[in-house]
Amino acid sequence: MVINMRFGSLIELASGCKRRFAAAILASVAGLIMSFLTPQVVGFTVDTVLGGAAAARAGVSGWLAETLGGVERLRSSLIICALGVAACAAAAAAFNYISRSQLAIGTERFIKRLRDRLFSHTQRLPLEWHAKNMTGDVVQRCTSDVETARRFVSEQFIEVIHTVILAAIALAVMFGMNATLAVAAAVFMPVILGYSLFFGARVSRRFRLCDEAEGELMATVQENLTGVRVVRAFGREKFELDRFDIRNDALAEKWIKLGLTLGVYWSLGDVISAAAVLAVTAAGAYLAASGRLSLGDFLIFLYYTLMISGPVRQLGRTLSEMSKAVVSLRRVADILNAPVETDETGAPRPPLDGDIVFDSVSFAYGRQPALRGVSFTARGGAVLGILGATGAGKSTVTYLLSRLYELPEGCGSITIGGVDVRRIDRQYLRRNIGLVLQEPALFSKTIFENIDIASRTGRLDAARKSARAAAIDSDITAFKDGYDTLVGERGVTLSGGQKQRVAIARALMLGAPVIVFDDSMSSLDMRTDALIRESLRRSTRGATVIMISHRVSTLMTADSIVVLDGGRVAETGTHGELLKKNGIYRRVYDMQSARSGEDGPS
Amino acid sequence: MSAAATRASEAGSPQGWGILKPHIGKLKKHIAIVITAMLVSSVAEAAYPLFTRYAVREFIEKETTEGIAAYVMVCAAVIIAGGAASVLWTLHSITVEMRVGPALKRDCFARLQTLPVQYYASNSVGYLLARVMSDTDRISGSIAWGVSGMLFSVCYVAGAIAFMFALDARLALLLMALLPVAAGVVWLFQRKIIVVNRRIRHVNSRISGAYNDSITGVKTSKSLVIEDKNSAEFEEITAEMYRESVRLATLRAMLIPLVSFLGSLAVGAVLYRGGVLQRDGLLGFEVLSAFISYAVGIIEPIMQLTRMITDFVSVKACVERVSALLNEPLTISDTPEVTEKYGGIFDPRRDNWEPVEGRVTFENVYFRYPGGDRYVLEDFSLDIPAGTTVAIVGETGAGKSTIVNLACRFYEPERGRVLIDGRNCRERSQLWLRSSLGCVLQDPHLFSGTIADNIRYGKLDATDREVERAARLASADAVAARLENGYGTQVGEGGDMLSTGEKQLVSLARAVLADPAIFVLDEATSSIDAETEALIQNAISNILRGRTSIVIAHRLSTIRRADVILVVDKGKIVERGTHAELMELGGRYGRLYTSILLK
Repeated sequence: MVINMRFGSLIELASGCKRRFAAAILASVAGLIMSFLTPQVVGFTVDTVLGGAAAARAGVSGWLAETLGGVERLRSSLIICALGVAACAAAAAAFNYISRSQLAIGTERFIKRLRDRLFSHTQRLPLEWHAKNMTGDVVQRCTSDVETARRFVSEQFIEVIHTVILAAIALAVMFGMNATLAVAAAVFMPVILGYSLFFGARVSRRFRLCDEAEGELMATVQENLTGVRVVRAFGREKFELDRFDIRNDALAEKWIKLGLTLGVYWSLGDVISAAAVLAVTAAGAYLAASGRLSLGDFLIFLYYTLMISGPVRQLGRTLSEMSKAVVSLRRVADILNAPVETDETGAPRPPLDGDIVFDSVSFAYGRQPALRGVSFTARGGAVLGILGATGAGKSTVTYLLSRLYELPEGCGSITIGGVDVRRIDRQYLRRNIGLVLQEPALFSKTIFENIDIASRTGRLDAARKSARAAAIDSDITAFKDGYDTLVGERGVTLSGGQKQRVAIARALMLGAPVIVFDDSMSSLDMRTDALIRESLRRSTRGATVIMISHRVSTLMTADSIVVLDGGRVAETGTHGELLKKNGIYRRVYDMQSARSGEDGPS
Repeated sequence: MSAAATRASEAGSPQGWGILKPHIGKLKKHIAIVITAMLVSSVAEAAYPLFTRYAVREFIEKETTEGIAAYVMVCAAVIIAGGAASVLWTLHSITVEMRVGPALKRDCFARLQTLPVQYYASNSVGYLLARVMSDTDRISGSIAWGVSGMLFSVCYVAGAIAFMFALDARLALLLMALLPVAAGVVWLFQRKIIVVNRRIRHVNSRISGAYNDSITGVKTSKSLVIEDKNSAEFEEITAEMYRESVRLATLRAMLIPLVSFLGSLAVGAVLYRGGVLQRDGLLGFEVLSAFISYAVGIIEPIMQLTRMITDFVSVKACVERVSALLNEPLTISDTPEVTEKYGGIFDPRRDNWEPVEGRVTFENVYFRYPGGDRYVLEDFSLDIPAGTTVAIVGETGAGKSTIVNLACRFYEPERGRVLIDGRNCRERSQLWLRSSLGCVLQDPHLFSGTIADNIRYGKLDATDREVERAARLASADAVAARLENGYGTQVGEGGDMLSTGEKQLVSLARAVLADPAIFVLDEATSSIDAETEALIQNAISNILRGRTSIVIAHRLSTIRRADVILVVDKGKIVERGTHAELMELGGRYGRLYTSILLK
């Protein structure tokens, strides 16, 4: 039950493909039976047809020989026997193919669904979850752990079933043919299995150590490459090379150690398998010499021993690797089990052009308080400025307003036009609040696609109009491909200020009734900042604008200004009123306009 | 191409597979062991079917068990010798792999340390990382395993063929006829598999990229409500992945049964021909059974051999990429005479380094970025006397950062000269220059490690007291104080655990600790909030006092204190003077100043 609950979502995803898996297993068993028949036909030919042993033997061989027209006829047309071998082999190959391709289709379908589910699920997980989980770790779970899961389903799982059936059939047939010799062959199986289980675990452990060492080396190289300017600026090339050498040598050493283990593991496995064959050969020769085994049966025994020793060896290794797969599956399942943001169906979608009122709002991230009883009003259609230093709680205001974080009950309220935001349909709310973040993400697409990503107008002229308002149009047209320029790893790298302006253009495209700029001009120079504010005034006319900044110059034209300090509202008023108050606002204003320089100690 | 670049290509470093030459030479002993051990183990393995033949002829047909103990002993001895040889083979192959691979990685890494910064602008980190890490791995893997594995397979096949001909030429010829067919089938499939595999790797990197994009951008996606759109686009990529993966699996699902079917066909053919010969008394039973063993056993090595050959074809591409990296021209490099005197970046001769006074001069500098068609700096001249602070003001794209890039010699001017203390930059080594300059760049990159580690990057042998003093000077002590483990706090990859402003403070402290004669601050305090900046403003003035400094900032409070302010526009200086002078002038600076503050 516990397993069911934990892996429930995975089982649900996999069960959609269970018919493929069943077909794969059935075909695999059919293929196995066919590949068992091949040596039987060889043995039959050697013994009954060529060796003339049929007379001495009743049973299947005799019956078969009679059915096919008697030993003499077969002796004269051996092609029938050869064709028999070919036919069995062809059937085995066909079943094998069906099994593998069905399994592949089933696995790949399952993995596609798993990937899609992980993608949409991670996007719907609340920000709180993302804040607690490191990006690198989450990406790794979605990629390498999924890959491990894929291998588990497509290789290991089926292989265990296959090997068990193979060994069972082989042993059954061998015992049926000659119990004494079968014991000689069977004795080695547990030895091979136990041996490879034991060594498999050791090898896996060594591999893990190598993986870790490789990860460290990779991180070292990556950091060196991303920090190349710092390395050069401080002339630390030698230091970096020394650091690289230490990691690089450590990795090589771990691998050579692994090599010793691997070498012993592989070779000893070869020796044990060869010993098994030798034992069967010697025992078989002994039995045959004393007339208790036919030559054909002797050959069949050899064939079967060879046939199962390989897979049984592999089985040990697989079983020890499967423990790794279970860990990966658990890591993936944990993501899928985390609860996503949900909305009540039929949540209201009121007009959002009214006043935005924060009423004694308190909020904490875990135990770290961010807002303590904050109250203010942003008049509908007016511009509200919020000033505050890092950690004053500015961003928390935007997160709570657009419900990126949920304000708990009893911690005050946030209303738009009198409606509590917690009641409003979440997607509707966000779609109607144009939020521009301080460090906005751009996606690996063209600049036009990035600007039009949420509005989806498909119209370049509309995108250009917004881009002009955000003072980024001339930057974009300066690129060789203009608006078709790719952004990100495979395309151009935009500066912080360019990213912010693209994000502003993107938000303007929405024509939302509420627009929030969360310190989104911090990377712009003052002139560009002023330029944008000027054009924003025109393009956001009628909308409620919340402008957050640590720069007075960005805010001073706002209709009213709230000063946040340590999570509390310290002052409110217009630029003129606040200057007269001689409080924080005045102090920041003086510092930023460098007036302090004239009276100060400089 | 500059003179330096021509020199680099004249040096004639090895190309193509030649990049391996210096490393392989040192491994002769290991390679000899690998080849010997491999021969022994392949001979042992090829002899196994002979055991069966002997058992059939000497014991079963003669119906005697005499000598069976000695027979088992001999066989066991051969098996053990084969096993021991294969331990040696594996161990030494890995040793070869782990000498060649890391050596190649080191070559690449060292090369990347000397390549100009410009190279990094046109090659993404992901691309370079793949060259250093995976390409070198594939090359060394194929050298260590591919070559010896290929030799093994060749020896096995050759040995088996020799044994077969010795036993019976007619049957041997029959089996031989089947081998090219099997090899041909494997070759065809393998080539297709490599193509599909490459496509899968490509789609796979797109999937990782998409996850990365969506998870780092989750806040943006949520605020724009584009989760569904993202998911729909992602599903297109996974659909492609599904198609390609099924294609690959189908190819493999066909190849393996096909090859084992061919093996069975070989058995069938031998059975037929051999059976006829045996029936007519022309062939012994034991020969027939040995041949059946060969027919079963020879298919696998043939398959491996073909697979390895096709692998080599694709490894060749890796070799070419690594070779291109190692032969990438050094567009900025020290002349042999300079290196002779000042030493290279890995072996500096500090005794010969002149002390720096700090005069920085730009003399009629023309510069444009590679591929750019317009000059960013045009006939640009600037003389900064030792000990003065110069602030550079201008709009984005005016050429401010270019001045920094040229001063640090990250780039070199197309025409004109950059001089330090009256001598051309190129007359002294890059390391000398950068050890004299303290650069605090706009993007405050930190390395993973503690805050103390990062500050100490400025002076590797600094004591804890020195580190803390530098931190105090740059107000980074407040960052450490906020954190539980103080200076011992891990900052995470790229310093991600700190805010941008905090990273800037730490990187400032790092430069302060380096104690350079010349300071270059490129938007070094842009993300620090106003109050903190006010705090460090006086500290910065103290730090800069008596040193030459070039300060780029868009905060007027930072700029006002400079000895000289330069207003740059379109690569030219349009105004210069002190704050008071420029305000009086009432030109561009005055307009900028008033438009922002007194509107």
